[in-house]
Amino acid sequence: MKYLDEFGDADLAKRLLDDIAASTTQPWALMEVCGGQTHTIIRNGIDQLLPDQIELIHGPGCPVCVTPLETIDRALAIAARPDVIFCSFGDMIRVPGSSDDLFRIKSRGGDVRIVYSPLDAVKIAQENPDKQVVFFGVGFETTAPANAMTVKLAKQQGIDNFSLLVSHVLVPPAIRTIMDSPTRRVQGFLAAGHVCTVMGLGEYEALVEQYQVPIVATGFEPLDVLEGIRRVVRQLENGVAELDNAYPRAVQPQGNPVAQQVVREVFEICDRNWRGIGMIPQSGWRLNADHADYDAEKRFEVLGITTVESPLCRSGEVLQGLIKPNECSAFGKQCTPRLPLGAPMVSSEGACAAYYQFRRLEVPA
Amino acid sequence: MTDRPDLENWTCPVPLRDQTSIVMGHGGGGRLSSELVEHLFLPAFTGTPLAGVLERLGDSAVLELAGSRLAFTTDSYVVRPRFFPGGNVGDLAVNGTVNDLSVSGAVPLALSAGLILEEGMPLDELGVITQTMGDAARAAGVSIVTGDTKVVDAGHGDGVYINTAGIGLVRDGLMLGPDQVRPGDRILLSGPIAAHGIAVLSVREGLEFGSEIVTDSQPLNGLIGALLDSGARVSMMRDPTRGGVAATLNEVAAASGCGVQIVESAVPVPDDVRAACAFLGLDPMLVANEGRVVVFVRAGDADLAAETLRSHPAGTGAALIGEVVAEHPGIVVAKTGIGGTRVVDLPLAEQLPRIC
Repeated sequence: MKYLDEFGDADLAKRLLDDIAASTTQPWALMEVCGGQTHTIIRNGIDQLLPDQIELIHGPGCPVCVTPLETIDRALAIAARPDVIFCSFGDMIRVPGSSDDLFRIKSRGGDVRIVYSPLDAVKIAQENPDKQVVFFGVGFETTAPANAMTVKLAKQQGIDNFSLLVSHVLVPPAIRTIMDSPTRRVQGFLAAGHVCTVMGLGEYEALVEQYQVPIVATGFEPLDVLEGIRRVVRQLENGVAELDNAYPRAVQPQGNPVAQQVVREVFEICDRNWRGIGMIPQSGWRLNADHADYDAEKRFEVLGITTVESPLCRSGEVLQGLIKPNECSAFGKQCTPRLPLGAPMVSSEGACAAYYQFRRLEVPA
Repeated sequence: MTDRPDLENWTCPVPLRDQTSIVMGHGGGGRLSSELVEHLFLPAFTGTPLAGVLERLGDSAVLELAGSRLAFTTDSYVVRPRFFPGGNVGDLAVNGTVNDLSVSGAVPLALSAGLILEEGMPLDELGVITQTMGDAARAAGVSIVTGDTKVVDAGHGDGVYINTAGIGLVRDGLMLGPDQVRPGDRILLSGPIAAHGIAVLSVREGLEFGSEIVTDSQPLNGLIGALLDSGARVSMMRDPTRGGVAATLNEVAAASGCGVQIVESAVPVPDDVRAACAFLGLDPMLVANEGRVVVFVRAGDADLAAETLRSHPAGTGAALIGEVVAEHPGIVVAKTGIGGTRVVDLPLAEQLPRIC
């Protein structure tokens, strides 16, 4: 199948792995930023095939995982209202708030719907003028244009019963936080290809320059990930730090200007709390003043809801690459996909869930 | 087994223990479904003369009656939408029960049909659905011999829910089940997977994929009959419906106490289905099938079984996908396309489409 089969080819994978092995002379710690890449790595067993000296640290790039607990609790409060149809991407539905999740809200009669495109939520709003329709707009730069588009459309067409619960996060400030951490171990990054497809590569030049760290925009199929790793390792071995694009079939240096324009029109930069990590300044997007009427947090007055996270859960350290999921004492015990303590155990993109599903053989029972 | 549900020591705190209410995941064929059966239904139904039959949790119950072995099964069909590419709830209801009997080694004989109709359900649609049921029964060579009709208020059902129960006679001398599965057994799959789940999803969610993905729903009694006629020493069969091939392999691994190893690239998935799954972030191994069977067969008979399946119209796409091993009991491990390995887990509940 075009664009899938050729990027999972076993012979080409072997050649890339051989190339990586041949050029690796010392230990290197690489971080794949995006949860989609973590999923590919674990699902295909890529980390087991790499030389022992290459360590992959799973980054904070799973939007489900980093959405703050209090935002989930706000979502639950809104979704429980009888006048609301609450729409969400599929894997946000099972993310635990402090005592509930959206599945349970649904089981108690809440109208919670999985949509495949944010624009479907706008359509639902048009079809249900007597209901308030809320879309849970989470994600990195990748999902932001479509989420922004919902509000733009709603405003254009006067669909006043639509609003957006926004918890957008941005990759470059997260990379900056990781590089500024005194305990950091990351020596090179696989940047999230789809984020770069939207935003382009410009933002990463300053990071490469300032931190002298290789950053390679990388795709999501097995060969994409291997090629990203190969290019980062090559830079590290050669003692250089450059911005590189290993995903040129999707990433243009300038990104997608049309998508960026929609985002600029609707959102503005804000400080954002990341689940398990804490506050990262200037690391999110929220609706700007022109579109504040469509902000579900304000419309439903849930800003007063604030919550603390489970002390057992070390997802923050997992998300920062300080520990592997199975090094957490709750992993596979108090914390499983069935009863997740932290969000990385929920989404199949989450590092803990990926470990639990695909790597249980290595975990002592 | 205890007399009543052991709520204190229940291992599943989500959601029954905390919430005392059902969530959709309890019907998903994954871990939540099994827990409901194990902790609530089995304790409730114990203490009857044939309760031991239930505890085997086979696709059909097998009862010894007057020197014969009778297979008995039931299933309810609540699919939404009622019509989807390649079929509707009617043929699904017949094929599903025919297949549950067939994988138990039985020749299906007779079915019941219980229809729960919602007030307002158009009669012409109901006519099409029941006609399709009849067509499916004739195609499978089974008879619908009894039935029941109930009507519920508008808003209390999705037009029509169908329950079918079925009986069949198990072949003489045939012993099938997880206790027959041995390390070394080969694992065959009768054809490409995941088409049914994606066909239903595409209509329910209004998704278009460029080509129409059609359900794989079909009766398997002819195919399975041919397989058993061939003399291949089959140790167990199961149709991978809800929870997909991953759930079936996990159930067999758990019940047999053996490990299961599969080669991911050997599992056939049609291109359009694979593209749809990739697009939606779904794993085809977890998607439902309605016309496929997973066969465990002694290693020496694997080729014979594969050839027999392939020479039947319902099994042309049959493939050898793996084997039973003594290592990692209860766990399913897949060799990935690029040569790594991963654990194939039992899904918790329904799959959730990934965000990006």
